[in-house]
Amino acid sequence: MSLATLDLPAPREGLLRRLSDVLVRRARLLTLLLLLPPLLWLGLVYLGSLFVFLGQSVFSIDEFSGTIVREPTTATLLELFRPANLDILLRTIGIAGGVTLLCAIIAFPIAYYAARYAGPKVKAAFYLAVMMPLWSSYLVKVYGWKLLLAKEGAIGWFAGKLGLGGALEAWLALPLVGGPSLSVSYTGMVLTFTYLWLPFMILPVQAALERVPPHLIEAAGDLGAAPGLVFRTVILPLAMPGVVAGSIFTFSLTLGDYIVPQIIGTSALVLGQAVYTLQGTAGNIPLAAAFSLVPILVMAVFLTLAKRTGAFDAL
Amino acid sequence: MPRLSPYLHLPALAASASLALSPVFAAEMTSVGKGEGQVDIVAWAGYIERGDTDKAFDWVTEFETKTGCKVNVKTAGTSDEMVALMNEGGFDLVTASGDASLRLIAGKKVAPINTKLIPSWGTVDPRLQDAPWHTVNGVHYGTPYQWGSNVLMYNTEAFKGEAPKSWNVVFEEQTLPDGKSNKGRIQAFDGPIYIADAALYLMTHKPELGIKDPYELTEAQYKAALDLLRQQRKIVQRYWHDAMIQIDDFTNEGVVASSSWPFQVNLLKSQNKPIASTIPSEGATGWADTTMMHADAAHPNCAYMWMEHSLSPKVQGDLAAWFGSVPAVPAACKGNELLGAEGCTTNGMEEFERIHFWRTPVAKCATQAEGCVPYYRWVSDYIAVLGGR
Repeated sequence: MSLATLDLPAPREGLLRRLSDVLVRRARLLTLLLLLPPLLWLGLVYLGSLFVFLGQSVFSIDEFSGTIVREPTTATLLELFRPANLDILLRTIGIAGGVTLLCAIIAFPIAYYAARYAGPKVKAAFYLAVMMPLWSSYLVKVYGWKLLLAKEGAIGWFAGKLGLGGALEAWLALPLVGGPSLSVSYTGMVLTFTYLWLPFMILPVQAALERVPPHLIEAAGDLGAAPGLVFRTVILPLAMPGVVAGSIFTFSLTLGDYIVPQIIGTSALVLGQAVYTLQGTAGNIPLAAAFSLVPILVMAVFLTLAKRTGAFDAL
Repeated sequence: MPRLSPYLHLPALAASASLALSPVFAAEMTSVGKGEGQVDIVAWAGYIERGDTDKAFDWVTEFETKTGCKVNVKTAGTSDEMVALMNEGGFDLVTASGDASLRLIAGKKVAPINTKLIPSWGTVDPRLQDAPWHTVNGVHYGTPYQWGSNVLMYNTEAFKGEAPKSWNVVFEEQTLPDGKSNKGRIQAFDGPIYIADAALYLMTHKPELGIKDPYELTEAQYKAALDLLRQQRKIVQRYWHDAMIQIDDFTNEGVVASSSWPFQVNLLKSQNKPIASTIPSEGATGWADTTMMHADAAHPNCAYMWMEHSLSPKVQGDLAAWFGSVPAVPAACKGNELLGAEGCTTNGMEEFERIHFWRTPVAKCATQAEGCVPYYRWVSDYIAVLGGR
């Protein structure tokens, strides 16, 4: 080592240089800085406004003047249990449950075929076919279904041609699921929702099915299990997380939708419509906020149960 | 597609609006000077057309070339939104509906209008000149723009060509002239304001209830209206919300009668469907809009020029044809190509006296000493009716 090296001018300590040195030495600070904007966005803008809104549910509306009384009370939350409001909650959860079940039943065979039998080319076509409906406008699809389901629409016409007109009539005469025509019945609403959300069920189920190790199935067969038994004891339990993961999508999407029920269905309000009407036209923000709490609670319970089945690993 | 009617949004009002009306002593303009180069208007979608949607419907371009005032339109979706935008400021004019207009006057957000500066004021329908939704203590706060009525739309085949004489065809189960029941073949409007339609029906059919005004209902009257609606629920096919969906229902779903707007009637007729409309003996509900000027308008001269322009028969007639409404200027009914000879009559011109113009129900009401049921309860109870309770 010679003195010459010590004579070298020290590197210029620019502000940026120093900053980059600090960041290199403290990797955590860098992470924090990078995460800060999205965290602020999520925390303040999204969660903040959400909680401000939900916080309104402890206020109430003055019976006489219709103005909001800013004193904490449970009256508004208890109003959810009034028969008419309870109807809305149960109706919405019922529809979401029905849609989820129907989606699972339809999606499973499709996903099973794609996961286990389809070759690479067919699989590409399969992905395309499943995703295709997502490319077109939501409203176009809903209006399309309204026409299909109409009394003088395509489904009724086909049923008539196939000699099933009587069966359709009989179905529409049933108390809960029936109505004057398919497009103004719960049946039509559930069918439309099922069509809309089906891709969100097929894809996770297919992913889960692909992860079922083929040798387990072969081993079960070698040990003498009949195909039905193999399905029930090996394939279904292993694919279940995928079904549950798909259910999260179909259930929550149906729970929050308020467009389809305006166009197809019995005119009885669902949750989203109730919130929309109450906050928009009635000025009853407290009750709207109370209603908004319900899907959050329902989804919290749903997700807790789903987590136990390992659904999040299948996403 | 225009916003099909402001009526859809009329219910958009917090029931809290108790109107303490006091005259505003803002200075009226005494003369209209040179245009300021632009005018900013808050309007319902479809109310101010410059030919973008359909070339035939343009009442802005000509105004701009004539006056040099560029028209900027901010469309609002609800009456609440209109009031909020006007409170915020930065606009010169607003096409306010019956509920918003009185709130704007009470809030001193709109200026009195000097009718002498509007040469066409004299041509305005005399029935509208002193209408209570824009005239307070004899002071005018705007120029009437358009009004319209709800109508009973019906299928002429189901009714064998004879117009139903009463709203009972949509309120009570019965056999229609074509021999089939009306159950599952009629519709009702899905907004809570439809309770007023039921009240209007009861005004005639149950006079003992003492209903004086369908927007001012005591507890007992309100309960009777709800009972009627609950009974109606059983025969309703769908509560309609969207005009285009109702058109589809009359086309594909076998619906034969419903409360509706002239817009749907005109459209279905233009498709040669067997559809007609009538205002039955009980009368009907309706809406009326007013062009009002902001108290702090930055471009008052252009605003006055627009108000004058908005009353010209051509604008009024074209708009009425576009919107399915009735012109505020009767002269517009004659010789308008787009509206046609019968346009005004179809849209309800002759029925003014029988129309109960929409207002927000408030707790303190004029006709009932014991007080009335406010609007927010109309909302929650109508939700229950739709749900079958």
